[in-house]
Amino acid sequence: MDKVIIAKDLTLSYNTNETIINQCTFDINSGDFVFITGASGSGKSTLLKSLYGALTPKQGELVVGGVQMNNITSKKLNFLRRHVGIVFQDYKLIKEWTIEKNVMLPLIISGYAKDVSEVQVQKLLTHVKLNHQLGKYPLELSGGEQQRVAMARALAHNPIIILADEPTGNLDDYSSQLIWNLLEGACTQLKTTVVVVTHHIPETMKIDYTHLHIEHGSIYEVS
Amino acid sequence: MKSLKNHFSLIAALFTILFTVQVYKVLDRSISSYEENLRENYSIVVISNSALDNTSMTTKFSLIRSIEVISPEKVIKRLEKEMDKTSLGLLRASLPKFYKLSLEHYPEPSEIEVLSSQLLNMKAIKRVESFSQTHDQIYKLLILYKGVTQIFAFAIFIVTLLLIAKEMRIWQFQHEERMNIMALFGAPIMLRSAVLFRLAILDAIIAATLVLITFAVIVNTGWVEPYFNDINIHITVFNFATDSFVHYGIALSLSVILALMLIVNHKEEV
Repeated sequence: MDKVIIAKDLTLSYNTNETIINQCTFDINSGDFVFITGASGSGKSTLLKSLYGALTPKQGELVVGGVQMNNITSKKLNFLRRHVGIVFQDYKLIKEWTIEKNVMLPLIISGYAKDVSEVQVQKLLTHVKLNHQLGKYPLELSGGEQQRVAMARALAHNPIIILADEPTGNLDDYSSQLIWNLLEGACTQLKTTVVVVTHHIPETMKIDYTHLHIEHGSIYEVS
Repeated sequence: MKSLKNHFSLIAALFTILFTVQVYKVLDRSISSYEENLRENYSIVVISNSALDNTSMTTKFSLIRSIEVISPEKVIKRLEKEMDKTSLGLLRASLPKFYKLSLEHYPEPSEIEVLSSQLLNMKAIKRVESFSQTHDQIYKLLILYKGVTQIFAFAIFIVTLLLIAKEMRIWQFQHEERMNIMALFGAPIMLRSAVLFRLAILDAIIAATLVLITFAVIVNTGWVEPYFNDINIHITVFNFATDSFVHYGIALSLSVILALMLIVNHKEEV
């Protein structure tokens, strides 16, 4: 199976001397569903940041989707990000844009034709049960609905990887379950690799998954 | 409302720069027109023993545009009653030639000094007379005004430029979140900054159009030109073809350059 993420002796730190992730080695296969857990401040989000290029490895090697993340150029980073879908705890939707335009964002960036984009957005909003809301603005929706919009946006450009940082952290049980179903669906139906940073793995997971745990700067797989 | 206020700040700053540029242009044009008047009225008279050739003189002295013979007949006519024809003939033959020199541009006193000494070095030329004292003083005063205006214009330019940069920084804060989100999905820098550019270009067009309207009103009400006409200065206060082009050019270039500087200095924060 193809490895979509390869980390070898990976060390991550911010500008301070404190090392967050220390010489960790792990692989993630294409089509895997991976949970990354750990206590608050353990470095889960830091690791995720390095996967979408917001943080450059201090030492070691990190390859995401075949792209070497050490000393990555902005051109290559943009290229990689056009093949990655990202979901955040705080949704990160553009407030001034309608739901439709928010979901269309990755398609605009990838240069899809307007009519193709509109069909795709309509399909995705139907998939997340928000097709009746496409003219609304993010702040007119509930937290759960906003996260479903963020999910639709993450799926819009058929990414090879979805990275989710605490995607259900702000949601009630019902909305959380909808998000987990969408992430599972992306993995099983679209064969997309899904990496989720979370405090708790939901008990309702219906698919096999890999569980990586971070503790004291080390990453290990929980069997 | 807040956004409108930010727009107004940038438009006002750009308007100030463009207005200053146009005022400076009007002053520059009036000085050029005055120089032209002075040049036309500037008198240098050369007295020569032999005839001077226009082509050789203009070739030899770049400052000279043309030479014109001053006829002595007016003076001779006055003597007709007192002298007989033979004496008048002798006088006519012995009189030196008088020439009025026209110049290429209004000269600096030093240029006149050099020209005079070079002319006097020619064997045929006996005397060179120039009449410039009053003109020099007024001209020097105008040049002084021009210099002072230049300094003020430069100061206004710098201050308003800083104001524009500050306004754009505020814009950047307002658009930062959207730019960061777009960056997360791989948007190239120009796409992320498209709104910033669009706003900068829009405000530049509005500011330049306002300056155009302001000067159109000034020109049409006709309260500026009479003041210039009174001192025999005839200028175009606002040339709608060339001046508009310059103003749109300055406004667009400034706002685009400043927007580019902001974008280059922008740091992605996620």
